Amino acid sequence: MKFEVQGRTAYAYTGGKAWADGERCVVFIHGALNDHSVWTLLARWYAHHGYRVLAVDQPGHGRSDGPPLASVEALADWVLALLDAAGVASAHLAGHSMGSLIALEVAARAPTRVAGLVMVGTAYPMKVSDALLNTARDDPARAIAMVTAFSHSGIASKPSYPGPGAWLHGGSSALMHRIQDIGAGNLFEHDFRVCDAYANGLEAAARVQCPAHLILGTRDAMTPAKATKELASVLRATVARVASGHALMQEAPDAVLNAMRQAIPA
Amino acid sequence: MPGPSDPGFDTLSLHAGAAPDPTTGARATPIHLTTSFVFESSEHAASLFNMERAGHVYSRISNPTTAVFEERVAALEGGVGAIATASGQAALHLAVATIAGAGAHIVASAALYGGSHNLLAYTLARFGIETTFVKPRDIDGWRAAIRPNTKLLFGESLGNPGLDVLDIPRVSAIAHDAGVPLLVDATFTTPWLQQPFKLGADLVFHSATKFLSGHGTVVGGVLVDSGRFDWDRSGRFPELSAPYAGFHDMVFTEESTVGAFLLRARREGLRDFGACMSPHTAWLILQGIETLPLRMERHVANARKVVAYLAAHPMVAQVGYPELESHPDHALAKTLLPRGCGSVFSFDLRGSRAQGVAFIEALQLFSHLANVGDCRSLVIHPASTTHFRMNDAALAAAGIGPGTIRLSIGLEDADDLIADLKTALKAAERAAA
Repeated sequence: MKFEVQGRTAYAYTGGKAWADGERCVVFIHGALNDHSVWTLLARWYAHHGYRVLAVDQPGHGRSDGPPLASVEALADWVLALLDAAGVASAHLAGHSMGSLIALEVAARAPTRVAGLVMVGTAYPMKVSDALLNTARDDPARAIAMVTAFSHSGIASKPSYPGPGAWLHGGSSALMHRIQDIGAGNLFEHDFRVCDAYANGLEAAARVQCPAHLILGTRDAMTPAKATKELASVLRATVARVASGHALMQEAPDAVLNAMRQAIPA
Repeated sequence: MPGPSDPGFDTLSLHAGAAPDPTTGARATPIHLTTSFVFESSEHAASLFNMERAGHVYSRISNPTTAVFEERVAALEGGVGAIATASGQAALHLAVATIAGAGAHIVASAALYGGSHNLLAYTLARFGIETTFVKPRDIDGWRAAIRPNTKLLFGESLGNPGLDVLDIPRVSAIAHDAGVPLLVDATFTTPWLQQPFKLGADLVFHSATKFLSGHGTVVGGVLVDSGRFDWDRSGRFPELSAPYAGFHDMVFTEESTVGAFLLRARREGLRDFGACMSPHTAWLILQGIETLPLRMERHVANARKVVAYLAAHPMVAQVGYPELESHPDHALAKTLLPRGCGSVFSFDLRGSRAQGVAFIEALQLFSHLANVGDCRSLVIHPASTTHFRMNDAALAAAGIGPGTIRLSIGLEDADDLIADLKTALKAAERAAA
């Protein structure tokens, strides 16, 4: 489904159902150098269990026109503009990694429009090491290989994603290469710098009024669970821990769905 | 900078896709010989059918043992996933049928396994899919053969029967310029010798019957997707980028940005054509893959010794092995196949068909049969078997002489193989009338 947002075309996957009027809506926001396809199982599940679904491609990612936006705050405004364009008054927000910071900022900026906040594979601050930032700048292919290895806790996650027979490391790497090759500059470095630069997390968390939930991977090497204590405290968030690395929706799709259902009931 | 990387090839050969069984603790991959899998609830069943959850429903579509095999081959090839099939031929058919239908066109190398040639030249033509064959070294020929309805370029990493080395970087560039994927049959090379995706290929398949299994016990195939080809951008593939009435108007490229091809291949191809792999077969091939790096190293080492022996023998007119300077693809092989050119090759015996027959019949250690890639050494004389209906002129057109012998070098002691060949060459010499 395509919308006109801030003068440019924005794409959102609707979970395999036609976009229609409805009361309840879930918006899924992907992480760095990803697109909506990291959410398709969850998006399909909610789309067929009473919700309207928008799994967005951020500007300059996937099917949404660029350029990419320069900060978490700008991306939060873009999400709100997307809700306006789609005619959504209020929605649950689910974000992964960089997307979780965007969801947090949206919930802070427009408390009345966010019914619930789910932050998956998150941390605050989401600092990125200079070594990884420099590698992303100088050798994006090497950085993609590093992040692929960092993001997965094993080489035999079942039942795999989007289904049996899929090799998660290959899928993660291919998706990052695809997004990087779109041609909007060095998107990898851009996205990582957006994460690294975000400094408003605790102030935003203090303004959040809706129920908040964190879903964390117990073996997450990118955003370690221990890096969420202060954020969880300020948000008064429930915390669900899933046996997974950073690629939670891929490594543990059933466990993430179960945790999501606690946060956003069908 | 140094940093984390995925495990190496040898580690992936043993572990990718497999972990100790969470229920029983079994360390080796169990064989899940079951047709179907119990649903937890009606809601669970519906969500599996509707692709809201990942999981197994029915073993024609997926099976836990088969999935380990699929994920392992995908890992070794550097792909996003794989689909196991009943044979290598089924894998080729699945690749074509997923993206092509009546009115479509394929450009294929002329140097193909006979079964692949039959499928393309005769059987698919009956269903309205036309193929243009080009000589694999004719780079301009590949480009010139592409039409507006071309859906696929296809070749073998090492072509039949002369081991033509497919110039994957150049052929894939031609394919991509036209918005078409390149499919490579990598059976002779296996990912240990060459990973076609790193060279630009988009899809790979294997007859897993051969080196992946290595034991000559089962028939199977596997189709792997790199996830790199942009089906949307090409504009030639509504099969993947437009609503599919056969699955609730699903648009596969929206469902999975990098796995659209495999989604349709599984959701349509396995569902409707049904050429799936038995979990028992998958398990047997997994046993082979665990030792693939060790076996391929030995296959190549033995082949080099046998090639050197034959190339120096007065009864041998020529040996078609790309590591020899006499092979037309020698330079290309050094670039694209630095670890070696496998262990299947042909050589030309001086003399008549009768001498070729005498050679074959004198062999003791080599098994005379129609297969390759076994751990045991194999031999066949095309002029008296697979191509026996052809006269000498027709054989020559196919690149086969009356004395052409194809060998598949196994894992025996190389000295024993050479001794067997020496005896047989003497027998062939004596058979000269």
